[in-house]
Amino acid sequence: MYDTIIIGAGLSGLAAGIRLAYYERPVCIVEKHTTIGGLNSFYRLRKRDHDVGLHAVTNYAKPGTKTGPLSKLLRQLRLRWEDFDLTPQCGSSVAFPGVTLQFTNEFEVFEQQVAERFPWQIDGFRRLVKQITEHDELNLANRESSAREIVRRAITDPFLVDMLFCPLMFYGSPTAHDMDFTQFVIMFKAIFLEGFARPHEGVRLIMRKVIQQYRKFGGELRLRSGVKHILSNNGKVSGVELESGEVLEARHVVSSAGSAETMRLCDVAPPEQEPYQPGAVSFFETIFSLDCMPSDLGHNETIIFYNDNSRFVYDAPVEPIDLRSGIICSPNNFQYTTPLDEGRVRITALANPDYWMNLPQDEYLAEKDAWTKRIVESSLRFMPDFRSHVIDTDAFTPRTITKFTSHFNGAVYGAPHKIRTGTTHLENLFLCGTDQGFLGIIGSMLSGITIANLHLLR
Amino acid sequence: MNTDQIRQVIMKILSRIAPDNDLSGLKDEVPFREQMELDSMDFLDIVMELRKLYRVQIPEEDYGFLSTMASTVQYLIPKLQTATA
Repeated sequence: MYDTIIIGAGLSGLAAGIRLAYYERPVCIVEKHTTIGGLNSFYRLRKRDHDVGLHAVTNYAKPGTKTGPLSKLLRQLRLRWEDFDLTPQCGSSVAFPGVTLQFTNEFEVFEQQVAERFPWQIDGFRRLVKQITEHDELNLANRESSAREIVRRAITDPFLVDMLFCPLMFYGSPTAHDMDFTQFVIMFKAIFLEGFARPHEGVRLIMRKVIQQYRKFGGELRLRSGVKHILSNNGKVSGVELESGEVLEARHVVSSAGSAETMRLCDVAPPEQEPYQPGAVSFFETIFSLDCMPSDLGHNETIIFYNDNSRFVYDAPVEPIDLRSGIICSPNNFQYTTPLDEGRVRITALANPDYWMNLPQDEYLAEKDAWTKRIVESSLRFMPDFRSHVIDTDAFTPRTITKFTSHFNGAVYGAPHKIRTGTTHLENLFLCGTDQGFLGIIGSMLSGITIANLHLLR
Repeated sequence: MNTDQIRQVIMKILSRIAPDNDLSGLKDEVPFREQMELDSMDFLDIVMELRKLYRVQIPEEDYGFLSTMASTVQYLIPKLQTATA
């Protein structure tokens, strides 16, 4: 009999597991896939290592910083600052028709850019920033409210509003067009006020440190162990049945599988009014290996969030891929002391989940290739032409994400409605991860920590 | 355990929870919160560490006793008198 079974060995499940194991609770993480990572995983293809979720770690803080999400989670997981080897970005930008706003990990740079490009909006921008810094995004009692409405009260130029929303939505909005204000605050702080960094080794290093810590404290991990049912009796969970038929008993179950995905595993369905709608926003991502460094071609930016439409549209597109906007990321463009072995460019754009889910296998591969070419062509409006330097290409779609993470629709940011307290219709079944609402590498770990502290360690 | 030993135990726990804080000048009568960056998660950790190390149970309504070093030590004396450092 375990104290807690955790479904999913992604960062949220592992962080919850570390907390429980550290305090000597018998805990077991069950993971369907053959390796850990979930939405922030990694793979090897044709002798090259790739990251899946990670473009950059957000919420950067300098070594020795005592406040903020990064230092909070390091303390909670008993990790040291050096463990994640976070190297700050070189500089990023939001590129719209005729206007580019640059930003770094120093917020003054971004504020100055807004003041120069939108001088008539700067007072409103500063008022908004004040409101954001004063908002306690970790308060689980926050009510949902429209971020666009609140931002429009401070900033009247819809073009600037779109430029602010573009990176925040791309890196963490489960909802189309608008965000919950708390989610907006989380992302604004994570990207603009704190900033980007990356370990030289990528997400593998973070995963390795976290799993080592979990094992050191006595946590148990079972890979290739998908859950068939969450077992319950009179409104209480008693354990899980694995796909193999094996039954594991536990006093609590924490699921990082997603809210709708978790409900599907329950043998007692939730009351119908419960809002367990899966998300529908997903992405197509391309990864290019180059025979040179991106900087050799004059490309020095860490991340470019681009949009060349008059309005920024964030929604599942009607077309297979939305070519009007996207994200260009180069993992080389961080301030490393030694360069990475190989140049890489990753370009990501919004995708139509239904289209990619339903393609027959033979058309699927051809379509992946065709849309990879189109995405590159579209991105060349915002970066130097690197096509003659490509030595290897890979791409993944919403279908790939569902295959490896079991999240419906390949929804990387989960359900539109977040369940911040992590509670469900069963008294000892809890949710953590994307559908609890803290997103990103740092956010997902904080999610696991928060749920463990709130419900399991009291 | 005597008062000094209990104080040492708390110092050890604080250095685990907040390794980046310099604890050498910690004042016993001033709330921890005013001297260190501690939030509610960290206070829960003090309680949890005491339970882990010495099997001391601290009910939630008693968390207020943990605001300063002096009040924490005072509160723990009866609970830790039979424990060995």
